[in-house]
Amino acid sequence: MLLTISTVHQPATDLGYLLYKHPGRAQAFDLPFGTAHVFYPEASPDRCTAALLLDVDPTALKRRAASSDFALASYVNDRPYAASSFTSVAIARVFTSALNGQCRERAELVEEPLPLRVGVSALPCRGGEDLLRDLFEPLGYAVEVRGFLLDEHFPEWGNSPYYEVELECVRPLKEVLAHLYVLIPVLDDEKHYYVGEEEIDKLMRRGGEWLAGHPLRELVVERYLKHQRGLKQAALSRLLVEEAGEAEDHAGEEALEAELSLNRQRLTAVFEELKASGARRVLDLGCGEGRLLALLAAEVQFAEVAGMDVSPQALSRARRRLERLPRGEQVVVFQGSLAYRDARLSGYDAAALVEVVEHLDPPQLRACERAVFEFARPATVVITTPNAEYNAHWDALPAGAFRHPDHRFEWRRVEFEAWAEEVGKCYGYAVRIAPVGPEDPELGAPTQMAIFSARGTRG
Amino acid sequence: MADEKIRLSIPDLSLVVLIGVSSSGKSTFAREHFLPTEVLSADFFRALVADDENSLEATDDAFAALHFVAARRLARGLLTVVDATNVQPEARKPLVELAKHYHAQPVAIVFDLPQALCEERAAVRTDRDLPPHVIPRQYRQLRRSLKGLKREGFRRIFALRSPTDVARVETVREKLWPDRREEGGPFDIIGDVHGCCAELEALLDQLGYRIAGEKVEPPPGRKAVFVGDLVDRGPNAPGVLALVMRMVESGSALCVPGNHDARLVRALQGRKVQRTPGLAETLTQLDDETAEFKKKIETFLGGLVSHYVLDGGALVVAHAGMKEEMAGRASGAVRAFALYGDVTGEEDEFGLPVRRDWAAEYRGRARVVYGHTPVAQPEWVNNAINIDTGCVFGGALTALRYPELELVSIPAKAQYSEPVRPLAAQQTRDDVLDLADVAGGFDSSSAKGRRVETRLMGRVFVHAERAAAALEVMSRFAVDHRWLVYLPPTMAPPQTSTRSDLLEHPDEVLAYYRRYGVRELVCEEKQMGSRAVLIVCRDPATAQRRFGGEDGSAGICYTRTGRRFFADAGLEAGILDHMRQAFERSELWSALATDWAILDAEVMPWSAKAQQLLEDQYAAVGAAARMSLAASVSALEQAAARGVDVGELLSRCRGRAESVAHYAAAYRPYCWPVHSLKDLKVAPFHLLATEGQVHVNQTHAWHLETLDKLCAAEPELLCAIDRRRVVLDDMDSNSEVVRWWEELTASGSEGLVAKPLDFVCTNGRGLVQPALKCRGRAYLRLIYGPEYTERIDLLRHRNLKGKQALALREFALGVEGLERFVAGQPLHRVHECVFGVLALESAPVDPRF
Repeated sequence: MLLTISTVHQPATDLGYLLYKHPGRAQAFDLPFGTAHVFYPEASPDRCTAALLLDVDPTALKRRAASSDFALASYVNDRPYAASSFTSVAIARVFTSALNGQCRERAELVEEPLPLRVGVSALPCRGGEDLLRDLFEPLGYAVEVRGFLLDEHFPEWGNSPYYEVELECVRPLKEVLAHLYVLIPVLDDEKHYYVGEEEIDKLMRRGGEWLAGHPLRELVVERYLKHQRGLKQAALSRLLVEEAGEAEDHAGEEALEAELSLNRQRLTAVFEELKASGARRVLDLGCGEGRLLALLAAEVQFAEVAGMDVSPQALSRARRRLERLPRGEQVVVFQGSLAYRDARLSGYDAAALVEVVEHLDPPQLRACERAVFEFARPATVVITTPNAEYNAHWDALPAGAFRHPDHRFEWRRVEFEAWAEEVGKCYGYAVRIAPVGPEDPELGAPTQMAIFSARGTRG
Repeated sequence: MADEKIRLSIPDLSLVVLIGVSSSGKSTFAREHFLPTEVLSADFFRALVADDENSLEATDDAFAALHFVAARRLARGLLTVVDATNVQPEARKPLVELAKHYHAQPVAIVFDLPQALCEERAAVRTDRDLPPHVIPRQYRQLRRSLKGLKREGFRRIFALRSPTDVARVETVREKLWPDRREEGGPFDIIGDVHGCCAELEALLDQLGYRIAGEKVEPPPGRKAVFVGDLVDRGPNAPGVLALVMRMVESGSALCVPGNHDARLVRALQGRKVQRTPGLAETLTQLDDETAEFKKKIETFLGGLVSHYVLDGGALVVAHAGMKEEMAGRASGAVRAFALYGDVTGEEDEFGLPVRRDWAAEYRGRARVVYGHTPVAQPEWVNNAINIDTGCVFGGALTALRYPELELVSIPAKAQYSEPVRPLAAQQTRDDVLDLADVAGGFDSSSAKGRRVETRLMGRVFVHAERAAAALEVMSRFAVDHRWLVYLPPTMAPPQTSTRSDLLEHPDEVLAYYRRYGVRELVCEEKQMGSRAVLIVCRDPATAQRRFGGEDGSAGICYTRTGRRFFADAGLEAGILDHMRQAFERSELWSALATDWAILDAEVMPWSAKAQQLLEDQYAAVGAAARMSLAASVSALEQAAARGVDVGELLSRCRGRAESVAHYAAAYRPYCWPVHSLKDLKVAPFHLLATEGQVHVNQTHAWHLETLDKLCAAEPELLCAIDRRRVVLDDMDSNSEVVRWWEELTASGSEGLVAKPLDFVCTNGRGLVQPALKCRGRAYLRLIYGPEYTERIDLLRHRNLKGKQALALREFALGVEGLERFVAGQPLHRVHECVFGVLALESAPVDPRF
């Protein structure tokens, strides 16, 4: 990774004083993850360029492997080459004084806007060139970007996510370094270390002055804090205290609220059906992160609540959610799969499958039908699934596309009804269909729900 | 007289309850007549739970533990003796219940010795200090108990009244009646005859039995086994009975009773039975027979044993079926199950008893052959087969030849009786897998994991944690489990090369196999694409019959983790269609006597499957590296021109840039755009299985030569694997293969795979690696990173043990799954192996191997 900083300030070699690095020498600095080299490709009174060359030790990358689906991620890895949070750490360690605005020899230059030009050799931009511009232009930079093909032998593979970037501005050096420190990892959307509370302090220290007024402040905070919602809220509130008077922008949250409220309506509808069935022992099949379980746990009618999911990750999140609830420790969650019959599913009065069936391929769906209706046989089964017709309501969703990439199908109302009737007939359940969510006169409700009640005897 | 023995005949599977006051000699008796491990003594269990065998306050815990151990032993079919006073009915009650639960015989041995004698013995005992009132109280309880033992449920009661009696006892183990494990067959198992004498004679004739007057001559060594229901509804029950009785008497047949036979016995014994239409006809037919013949029938049918366990335990014959936990045991419940099956007590819409489908639940290893409920066509369900094809209802009389497992049928000459309900259509193949049948960790009985029995390696343990990881993949992404009969094993590389610039070299491969005593290898060029398992069926009907899919497809192509290989169904169908034609044209269908085949292959190009990976990782890393290193080199050159001392860094950056260029050159040959079928190549290297055969008994030379024929028939799509034979003690042949590897890897090939000539290769100590891969220096940049050659010495330390062990276990599981599939075993038995491979694949091993 190569970062260059040039100036045509007179005399340009003052850059050496500001950076505390002698233009005549090449210096190396040991960092926890490799070596940073600083040297000057040019150093004349008219023009001076300092270069930070970061040599990342590949063994430092091993730790990252766990987070990736690609087993060889720690070996076949762009980190030694691309600008990233490693670059930010190197800036903070190698140009500490410059970043903090300290300079004994040229103290007057610290706050002085200087004509500066920054070059980054391979800057990964998740969000493309537009995002790069939207991040730097509001801060007064002229942005020059050059993109490259992923591989010139295969032009059909398209462009690489890395850009050769030149940023030009007239600003104090310490501000430019702070912008780079914050925005490089934001563009990369990745951190090489664990992100915790102390990241908020770093963000305040390096971005407190300029970030509050930045139009993309939410995105910056969100990405900087690695999409951890709690941290993001904490950081935004700290930013906004420092920026009194400005109206809060809640557009994003409202979108989120709308989504939450459909999910909430769905869970409430399922909850009410389970309660009305008189069930005491209830089972949430495909419980995911345990949202429905949390509702069920709070209801005294449900003497026994259990949740099953196939994903160990989802289950551990469900366990964490339930730990915080007063009656949460009574809920049993376990790993299992609807593609198999399972003796542990027997003996419940009711089972819910909320937004589950659409994730099953046809053979697995058939196995699921038998596992639930033939073998587990709870007296009541409540199933919800998207209503494909309603998708036309959402402009953002291309026609014919599914709501979630893992959906194997989405049923229209007649399809769902036909399926539910067939299952009911086959296994001896009476079926009632109900809409969930705001109903469109033509398209129906966003979610469709079927309530199956076992007939007295089988047949 | 004193020398005369008292014989206590004790059934093989009994719960023997010793009953007697303290110091009546129970423990001494138990020591003399039973194995130490057969005897569960209350004193011993008191000591186990309380460190004191006299601790009376520990009695409850001691008995809880004793009952637990007794239950486990009985479940395993082991005789168990309970050595405690057992003088109170409430102490005996749980033991009788335990015996009943496990279909074991409750046997009581009562030590009814004079009270004075026991008191005398107690007085001299040093190990115990009994208060004086204890023995009299126990004695009173014992006396009160004696009469009620039979009512309590003890099937055999032996009372010993004096020390002489005790000394004269000789215990004899009595084999259980159903136990005929020593009879190995071969057998001809014959379904419900129901008085269809003509059909029975025709069937016996067809099976090679010569009926000459009174004598029936079986084919040499063979024996007939009747599954019962010889009588009722059909035209000639007396004829059938006479024939079967003659065969059983002369030792050429065995017979188990059916429910109709049992009812006839009761009628003949003059007991009140419901005279159902079938029975009435039979009794009418018997009216003309002599009283002697009727008496003979009564004795014969009355003496039939509920069911038989044959052939070392591998075969069970019972009229209505047999649960695993009941097989070989004798109790009222076992007999009822054998006669009537798993009845619920309810009636269906035809007024017939509702029977649970016990076979759907059956998970036993023994094959169970049964009848009782007429079916249109016999079909194996979970190792069980119903061979009652409803002859009397106008169906057929069917026999199963064992161990050949061939069905032989004679159609009914008439419909003698109107079926109450239509003949059941084919039973649905039980294709819903039970999680507890395939993976450990999902119920308490296998909390740690599951042991899968394999032919090649014995038990392979699959850890519960691994199974948890596999479950998600198996449930969310895998293809229909009925197609998923095989997953390929992982492959280990050789020991790290000692050469300065290489990590892998054929020398170490050759050395490995030489060390393990292998004589000959087949080395195959390693194709760089994506591993695929292809199942090719001749037509959709074959696919449905053999694999059970009902979606009309005639094959499948899936990845090494069981996912569908092609997102584009048309592409998959196209490949399968071309392969099917190749099988036709090469005449391999007929040469192999099959209409389906499972192949292991590599599908090229790599980019067909790995496009996303190539773009997101491989090409992206190359692009970032090129940009960054080019910029670095040019900045350093400027600095060097100014006289700054950056020479070392500059040359290092130039070297790195060169490595990156090699890296991109390493993946490019494996990429080309796929617009249609014409752009794909399939290189099959194993012909794993066809009907009746798992080809692991063939050499790799056979596999490649057979597949050559296939490839020649479809050269557009299929490409034959280039290979070299290596004779390990011929040095020329060794250096020839090294040269070949050098050429291959220099020209952009991944490298080679070396396999022992024999598919399954063992030496004295066990399995030898079935294959080792030896990858080229250039290719390894895709694994170890673009610049691995710069720091190769840091990478030499490779611990391959784990990978090699994994490769063997996955290989054993893979072969086991195929063998079970080809043998027609139930789906859960096959899936258990496949699930195991996927679970083992989730083990944390270095992904670079």
